[in-house]
Amino acid sequence: MSVAPTPSDGTRFPHKNLLGIEGLSPDEITLLLDLSETYVEQNRRPDKKQSVLRGRTLINLFFETSTRTRTSFELAGKRLGGDVINISVSDSAIKKGETLMDTAMTLNAMHADVLVVRHPFSGGVALLAQKVNCAVINAGDGSHEHPTQALLDALTIRRRKGRLAGLTVAICGDVMHSRVARSNIHLLNTMGARVRIVAPPTLVPAQADRLGVEVFTEMEPGITDCDIVMMLRLQSERMSGSFVPSVREYFHFWGLDYEKLGAAKPEALIMHPGPMNRGVEIDSEVADDVGRSLIHEQVEMGVAVRMACLETLVGQLPSLDGAEGNTAQ
Amino acid sequence: MTANGEKRATGKVAYINARLLDPATGLDATGGLLTVGETIADFGPGLFAGGQFEVGIPDDAQVIDCKGACLAPGLIDIRVQLRDPGEEHKETIQSGSRAAAAGGVTAMVCLPNTDPPIDDVSVLEFIARRAREVKLVKVYAYGALTRGLEGREITEIGLMAEAGAMGFTDGVKATADATVMRRALSYATAFGKPIIQHPEEPSLAAGGEMNEGEIAMRLGLKGIPAVAETIMVERDLRLVELTGGRYHAAHLSTAGAIQRIREAKANGLPVTCDTAPHYFALNEMAVGDYRTFAKVSPPLRAEADRRAVIEGIKDGTVDVIASDHAPQDQDSKRLPFTQAEFGVVGLETLLPISLELVHNAHMSLIEVLARLTSRPADVLGLRSGRLAKGGPADLVLFDPDRPWRIEDGELNSKSKNSAFDGRPVQGRVLRTVVDGRTVYTLDR
Repeated sequence: MSVAPTPSDGTRFPHKNLLGIEGLSPDEITLLLDLSETYVEQNRRPDKKQSVLRGRTLINLFFETSTRTRTSFELAGKRLGGDVINISVSDSAIKKGETLMDTAMTLNAMHADVLVVRHPFSGGVALLAQKVNCAVINAGDGSHEHPTQALLDALTIRRRKGRLAGLTVAICGDVMHSRVARSNIHLLNTMGARVRIVAPPTLVPAQADRLGVEVFTEMEPGITDCDIVMMLRLQSERMSGSFVPSVREYFHFWGLDYEKLGAAKPEALIMHPGPMNRGVEIDSEVADDVGRSLIHEQVEMGVAVRMACLETLVGQLPSLDGAEGNTAQ
Repeated sequence: MTANGEKRATGKVAYINARLLDPATGLDATGGLLTVGETIADFGPGLFAGGQFEVGIPDDAQVIDCKGACLAPGLIDIRVQLRDPGEEHKETIQSGSRAAAAGGVTAMVCLPNTDPPIDDVSVLEFIARRAREVKLVKVYAYGALTRGLEGREITEIGLMAEAGAMGFTDGVKATADATVMRRALSYATAFGKPIIQHPEEPSLAAGGEMNEGEIAMRLGLKGIPAVAETIMVERDLRLVELTGGRYHAAHLSTAGAIQRIREAKANGLPVTCDTAPHYFALNEMAVGDYRTFAKVSPPLRAEADRRAVIEGIKDGTVDVIASDHAPQDQDSKRLPFTQAEFGVVGLETLLPISLELVHNAHMSLIEVLARLTSRPADVLGLRSGRLAKGGPADLVLFDPDRPWRIEDGELNSKSKNSAFDGRPVQGRVLRTVVDGRTVYTLDR
């Protein structure tokens, strides 16, 4: 990069929250990716500690269980010097009948600076964001969006391929229920990649072509000449007779193994948002192929991307000495 | 409308300078109307014609100068939920009656999905008693088609019909079992009452939140396909052919279902149907950014469906416009879309939204009014819904052009979940009269 990013400049990222990729401009996405890039290098040094978030409180509010994403945000917040609290609501307040609105008002009264929220229902995070003053990052809402996952996937691809524009990316598996797929489709389309989705007909969302993707129901034509093959997790409750007849049949037709991968470009790379179902959507051999699988790199990029998102949003809050931030709604 | 200068009411009320509208006969003329006690004594273009000299007005009559506003039969809303008994925090017979009166609705029929449900005579009698105590508009009820609305055993249809049930339905649940529907259609013929269906194949709609399509896909919401409605209507029409039962399909929202009803009517089947204002005034775009006040059952559909609903109303396939009034309190709506309840309030917006069909030049005023008055009366066999000498003096006086803005905070309904909040509309109820008594006057 020739130009240093200036993340706290609110005119370049005029959003209080990061609720989704849909609606972000190419420049805004590039801004976040460029800033993430600087954190990748810093995270590889022995001294990883920064002070961008010093004095700031980050609350990880998870209404749905998660290890990977929550840990990634926790690390990101701590490396930036913030105070990080984790709250799992699935096993406390919701069971006591506290509504999402009550929870939002309670947390708002605690004066957090950033809320990172995962919610099992689409739109749940946006609803909560309407009720709080702090910045909100969507860590996954129902089948809607998971913006930081798409950003970390994009960063991973960009570092390996040097660009996003012009690449052909196949997103394969349970697209219908996947927030990862939606965010990735929006991001890759915005950045000029060609996006395909490959799924059993029962897991292709209605009118998917309206997202600007090419739809395939067979793996081999779907991944032919692709640069990137992105696999999605298939939830266990959808495996046995509801959407697909069985794990065996799913793996046979849509599981990624070397044979199917042969259709892609020889240098095609493999991604998976995790956690993987080995032998369901992806063969272990392929998943563990260090030459082609980016799965561990995705996890590493996740921390850097979340640091960049935190820094960018916090930069728009009023500063700690009470001066106005660059907040633009 | 004030009483200043008018003669004292003595049981006779003379409405002068009115634009009389009677959809049943096609009457649309300037004239007058006289009520005596609870009934219409006389009306017509020539009545009280004499300008300010008010020829022929009985000395003991109260005079109401309509100043050219429309005087029509009161609206009959054949699909409302009143939540009473059981969910009185959302609506009561009292608050629902006030909302009806403010909306120009002089008679309404409530669904049996109360708690307990209206599945026997005693609940039916409870509602009738409460309505008598409230004494605003006429409150009728449908009886549950199956015990506990569970879709399995049919209720005492005959006894409830005798006690005043207007028809039988499982309310907001489809009667999904084909044998139950077959027997209900067949059995109800003995009592001359219609079976009202919520036409939605439950296995196709299960877990659905909005119309299946691009917007649902983008929002990550589970879709309800349009065929869920069409399939149920198609099945039911086969059962109507088999049994000859009187069938009424509620709140049609899809082009497919309306086309099936159109064909069935052409084939002479005894079927009728209604739709609700939100199905011709809104489409799925209204869900926008997870707007739960646009979450209704059936869901708001695609633009092509909305247009087909209008065509259906225009050509008479759709007999009735009903509000499908479904009060929901804040706690039921201020939730993630998935968890929010279905439904919108509609009693107070039924007339102005229906009048959009007139203002948008789809239909004439009298044609639209027919679907709010005489046609619903015909579907349920009511005497009201028309101007008739000796008939009940259930009237609405309205200005069809007056502009105003729907504000949810001003609704009389206990619940404020309007899909039309903030919408500029034309057409305002000025006065509502039930059995000769004025139950509402606009105070502005």
